[in-house]
Amino acid sequence: MIEPEYFLPGSAACHGCPAAMCLRVILRALEGKAVVVVPASCSSVITGVYPHSALNVPVFNSAFAASAAVATGIRAGLDFYGEEGEVVVWAGDGGTYDIGLQSLSGAAERGEDILYICYNNEMYSNTGVQRSGATPYGAWTTTTVGGKREHRKDVAEILMAHNVPYIATASAGFLNDLYNKVRKAREIEGFRYIEILAPCPPGWRFPMDKTVEMGRLAVETGMWILYEVVEGKMRFTGLSKVIAEGKRKMKDIKEYLKLQGRFSHLSEEDIREIERYRDRRWEFLKRRANEL
Amino acid sequence: MLIKMLTGNQAAAFAAMNSMVRFVAAYPITPATPVIETISKLVEEGIMEAKFVPVESEHSAMAACIGASAAGLRTFTATSSHGLAYMHEMLHWAVNARTPVVMVVANRAIGPGWNIWSDLSDSLSQRDTGWLQFYCSSVQEIYDTIAMSYRVAEDVMVPAMVCYDGFVLSHTSVPVEITPLEGFINEYQPKWRISIEKPLTHGNILPPDAYISLRKAIHKAHRKALELIPEIEEEFFDHTGRSTPMLYETYRFEDAEEVLVAVGAVASEARIAVDILRSAGVKVGLLRLKSFRPFPSQIRRTLGDRKVTVIDRDFIPGVGGIVYQEISNLVQSDSMILGVGGADVTAEMIAEAFTKLVEV
Ligand SMILES: Cc1ncc(C[n+]2csc(CCOP(=O)(O)OP(=O)(O)O)c2C)c(N)n1
Ligand code: SF4
Repeated sequence: MIEPEYFLPGSAACHGCPAAMCLRVILRALEGKAVVVVPASCSSVITGVYPHSALNVPVFNSAFAASAAVATGIRAGLDFYGEEGEVVVWAGDGGTYDIGLQSLSGAAERGEDILYICYNNEMYSNTGVQRSGATPYGAWTTTTVGGKREHRKDVAEILMAHNVPYIATASAGFLNDLYNKVRKAREIEGFRYIEILAPCPPGWRFPMDKTVEMGRLAVETGMWILYEVVEGKMRFTGLSKVIAEGKRKMKDIKEYLKLQGRFSHLSEEDIREIERYRDRRWEFLKRRANEL
Repeated sequence: MLIKMLTGNQAAAFAAMNSMVRFVAAYPITPATPVIETISKLVEEGIMEAKFVPVESEHSAMAACIGASAAGLRTFTATSSHGLAYMHEMLHWAVNARTPVVMVVANRAIGPGWNIWSDLSDSLSQRDTGWLQFYCSSVQEIYDTIAMSYRVAEDVMVPAMVCYDGFVLSHTSVPVEITPLEGFINEYQPKWRISIEKPLTHGNILPPDAYISLRKAIHKAHRKALELIPEIEEEFFDHTGRSTPMLYETYRFEDAEEVLVAVGAVASEARIAVDILRSAGVKVGLLRLKSFRPFPSQIRRTLGDRKVTVIDRDFIPGVGGIVYQEISNLVQSDSMILGVGGADVTAEMIAEAFTKLVEV
């Protein structure tokens, strides 16, 4: 069977773009029954130039900071007219971690019936690679030219404190896992959050045919952790589950870092610092998973 | 006829309800807060059939209204001063998105130097966002203007602000006719709405040609509003028996040699000032400007070659009065700045200031 396509050919995305790849999978998982709200980001470019559009679903562009609030209004309209389907926010990490965090938190706390998906490419790529609150320690961007001195924050964890019914992390390296998580989120009502690690070839400086590999390596090295929180119950998923159960050892983080130009300047001490951070996050999430 | 003792804020809430508003997203700020408190209660009690969303900021309030409006709902919000300033980005957005949101603004000064009292600088300084702006001079007028604003905004697809002086009008209780509006305004029939069934992309990248077309279309919408408003006023009169001017009105104008131009609550005092001055033999009349946008430039003819003095309850450093600036584009005029930051403005003060101005 040929599945219908909701992400049409001819988009303006870079080759190897994780955002385009993942959105295509997501729209399939939703069977096109979605309104997509797009704040300022690469995605507002990817969807194309008027009067064309790369998406074969309704798209409403939003100001950078406002997507969760815009989605709130659209949801009310669909409900009023008795239309079924998801209101999906499709935002970058800038629109999620930084400028959009307030409206995201507000909508989550109000329990709006929205599927909020963040494709986290760990920087602002639309404006040409600047740091965001999701940029990892040590990474080069045009506003952290000597490497970022702070570790990233974690919005999925911030949303745990909002007690929303569904939170999941995913990676562009595991599209089946992403597909399944969207399907699962679809069955749940209320505010749902999925965050996808989205390795961006031009921003991270790696060859454009390596997006999937990078998304896998991130999980294999434990630098990105796949999990799900359903009604407060957390569990690791996919390869991260295998790692958490001790059935597989994490790969050396250098295998992941050395492929990316943005980390090319790291010292041995920087790498140890990144490793320590990774281990702390694992400890935290393992405790969280064991709590319930 | 249903008459209730209402403040300006309560009248605004009842107008929204009777205009069949189905979506309200709002954030509290003095002196507009009672509007949303009233709506929240009306919704909670099942009297008003709307979704009320107490958002976490004004930026989100306007964003949610834009989303809801695009999804086919009649939407409403209320704010003031800092709240309006905080919305600024979304004010522009509502215009270009062609979402006919209606919002009330209880005018208030902007800080720092916290000042919660009346000053029209907050909304007047949003002039260039492209919103329609109507300035009320009485509580009844707030009710009437909201109803008519929906008709105008939805016809021309441009959002509208209904402004009234904080406290002076927002918190003063007077008897208000809360005429049922069905027949004058019916359930919203959007010209377009977001629908899952229709894969349409809204607001994506717009090349220069298409962008200019969009901006021109909004400009034309302002022009069209000017033509439309008198018809809507007439329909409103037929429905309610009240003739509530939407563009401007004149007082003791026929033989006037001099004219005061005023906006908002100050215009009510200016009217009495005209009587005071007249009894002292000064041949003065009043032009109350109600619609700041669309700007009724036909008042150039109305003003003729009379000597014009503009009263502003707003003050922009380096510029002076905003209304003065606008009127000066049409006719040569003098400027009077009164009541900024909530200073009391009485008819006597206006008359006295006018006399001094004439002497100089
Ligand atoms: C209020 C506002 N500030 C700044 C910008 C400029 N801007 C557009 S997109 C963007 C960065 C987007 O980053 P992110 O959300 O991570 O998405 P990505 O570009 O990586 O896809 C910025 C800073 C804007 N559009 N609006
Ligand atoms: S910069 Fe990165 S996220 Fe943006 S379109 Fe290109 S590959 Fe995709």
